[in-house]
Amino acid sequence: MRSRKRIWIARDFLKCSGCRKCEIACSLHHEKRIWPEASRVRVFMLVPGAEVPHLCVQCEDYPCVKSCPTGALSINQKTGAVLVDDEKCTACGVCISSCPGRVPHLHPVKKTILICDLCEGRPQCVKVCQEGNWDALETTTRSSWQVYKIHARTPEEITREVVRNLYGEAGEGMI
Amino acid sequence: MRGYAGKFLDIDLSTGEITKTTFNENLLKSFIGGRGLAAKILWDRLGEKWETVDPFAPANVLTILTGPLTGFFPGARVCVSGKSPQSNGMVGSTVGGEFGVELKCAGYDGVIVTGKASKPCYITIFEDQISIKDANHVWGKDGKQTLKILTKEGRKELKANFTEYGELKEPQVLYIGPAGENQTRIAAVMEKWTHAAGYGGYGGVMGSKNLKAIVTKGLGPLPEVEDIEKVRELIKQADKKCFKSHSFRRWGTGAAGYTVGAKTSSEPVRNWQDEWHDERGFAVDKFEQRLWVKRYWADYGCPTSCLKIAMPKTGEFKGCITDNPDYELQAYLGPNLGIFTPEDNVYLSSLIDDLGFCGIQGGNTLAFAAELYQRGVVGKEDLDGIQLEWGNTKAFGELARKIAKREGLGALFAEGSYRAAMELGKKKGMNLTQYAVAEKGMAIGAHGLRSGRDFPDIMAYACNVQAGDHTSLPSTPTELENSEFNTILDDSGVYCSFNTFSTGIDLIWDFFSAVTGWQELRQNWYETNALRILQMQRVMLLLGGPDLKWKANVDDDNPPRFYEPLPMGPYKGKAVNRELFEEQKQEYYEAMGWDKNGLPKPEILRKLGLDDVESKLKHAGIL
Repeated sequence: MRSRKRIWIARDFLKCSGCRKCEIACSLHHEKRIWPEASRVRVFMLVPGAEVPHLCVQCEDYPCVKSCPTGALSINQKTGAVLVDDEKCTACGVCISSCPGRVPHLHPVKKTILICDLCEGRPQCVKVCQEGNWDALETTTRSSWQVYKIHARTPEEITREVVRNLYGEAGEGMI
Repeated sequence: MRGYAGKFLDIDLSTGEITKTTFNENLLKSFIGGRGLAAKILWDRLGEKWETVDPFAPANVLTILTGPLTGFFPGARVCVSGKSPQSNGMVGSTVGGEFGVELKCAGYDGVIVTGKASKPCYITIFEDQISIKDANHVWGKDGKQTLKILTKEGRKELKANFTEYGELKEPQVLYIGPAGENQTRIAAVMEKWTHAAGYGGYGGVMGSKNLKAIVTKGLGPLPEVEDIEKVRELIKQADKKCFKSHSFRRWGTGAAGYTVGAKTSSEPVRNWQDEWHDERGFAVDKFEQRLWVKRYWADYGCPTSCLKIAMPKTGEFKGCITDNPDYELQAYLGPNLGIFTPEDNVYLSSLIDDLGFCGIQGGNTLAFAAELYQRGVVGKEDLDGIQLEWGNTKAFGELARKIAKREGLGALFAEGSYRAAMELGKKKGMNLTQYAVAEKGMAIGAHGLRSGRDFPDIMAYACNVQAGDHTSLPSTPTELENSEFNTILDDSGVYCSFNTFSTGIDLIWDFFSAVTGWQELRQNWYETNALRILQMQRVMLLLGGPDLKWKANVDDDNPPRFYEPLPMGPYKGKAVNRELFEEQKQEYYEAMGWDKNGLPKPEILRKLGLDDVESKLKHAGIL
């Protein structure tokens, strides 16, 4: 099966330093600018210390692709990443609400949807995170057994869990 | 202009007027941003009447400025300034975090706040939507609560007004705690729970303006640069160098809590009555192994992650959260209070953060109070029953709360150690300033000068235009790496100077070229532009007022304690040598173009185009 060779970006939130080098690398790669809101991976800090790199997990059933009314979203058969056709995207926002993690977001200037394209199998965000030995992001091989969709969660949902892990009882009510 | 968003926000809280200001290219080439630009703005707006301006009056100008390298050079910061309620001069006080980046992405290089709101307010800057909002519901709230509420509200507003973008990241918040609201002189401007622009006392200035916080969110990119490929490559080079700094990455400055005491004998112990301790129980491995819940914590773009998050999971201080603590807070809220237990140190650091104190000023003041208690100058009856004995962690916590609220004797200590010593000494007819370990009204950093093993220059505090600031120290020659002129550069380009220890100065200048495209910056810096900023800061410090004024030469001196011999440890008996100090001081005066009394010579002021500064000094009777 082709999907076996596909990669997946695993996240370890407890290891994320919040340096946002992933955002910097991503936006430099895709936009030739340092541009936090145009980065395909964005670090949310709803609670200090509980930084959450937020990006597409490539759900098995691709609800965003299915829901797109203009056919602007497709699946890269090689990597499994969601591809955006800027010409067809009307910024209607249906993919945002169909995503369980509300991951897709609008390019602040182009006004087309941004979704991680896995950098053709060599994610720049992972590279920089590994260079710094943080290993909060890691490229893994996608297993056909796992259900990756469970990782598509909103920043609030993930933060709530991470805060509990980091701060225990003190974390209750932080968000 | 490359590296700059191109406009600044000028907000008058008295009238509610919000205007957009620009500065021309030549001015920015000279003053760059952050600390340098703050010196220019403050001099232009307040210079003529400097000595009459009360730092807590609406007339004071509060500047919150980024620099062209903010967000590009690893480790973003923002520089807070104004007339300082501590030194009565002008201090460039920087704080790490994402606020500066967010502000630039929103389209602004800085915010200049004047006047005073009629009631507690906070400012939101969401792209072009700027408003002054009611802050009644967060006034009185501690740091963690404030950040939580304002982050939530900001996200709500962003969702309502920028719906089509989907989930935008959270806005960034610069705020004050109760210590700032109640205009203590030792309050910081805070970010991210634990990050503080501490030196200067600008938390109280925000409080005096009824300004609880500034919340910002931008959607845009960082400004256009001259050569983005070069910037990308420089970031890689900087990262590589910083990654090699194992000790700094692993322990941050926290490793110093033991070392600076045990090895170099320059750590404050019991209000600097000693500078030596050999308490291995207070060493960084105990913090690391018992308390760190996050090992690598960083601000925007930082490869080093010198921050760590500490929280006791058991015991009476369970759930108190702070970072690291870094060396300064370890020392000032540890040995300096007779405390040698990591958990107790974390508790106090967390409390000091929550109340919105500067850890250095707060710890220095608490220790000063404890020495008065030790000597029987104040007793528990004066402190509403608090038994302020060395090592009594909870007592220090209680006093900190009283200071933040200006309750009882807390009101006296809210003035900081030096002013409290003056005031109480006057009342009691005693010389208490001998116990205030401060420089020109400001607590000094936790690095003593007596052993001669830590800071090389014994005029490091005495001649400092930033008073007690240990992060920007006078030294000559000025073009050396980590010299004062390079620190002025860091504070004006506005990025983390700790990362510059790894990158070195050449790489910094490469960043300046690649970002701004101004190739002549370096050659004009050391002899002209940095020197000009320094002279302006010196002059504002010497004008001082209205409550205290400093006499050049006379007040350019060490805290009295540094002339007392060290009582214990491997450097027992060592003290600052007065003759050597005078010699070093005169050397520095001369290098800066000051006369033997420490006054800038008219020639140097004229050479730097500071003719108005010269006439002001003459008018004030100083020259």
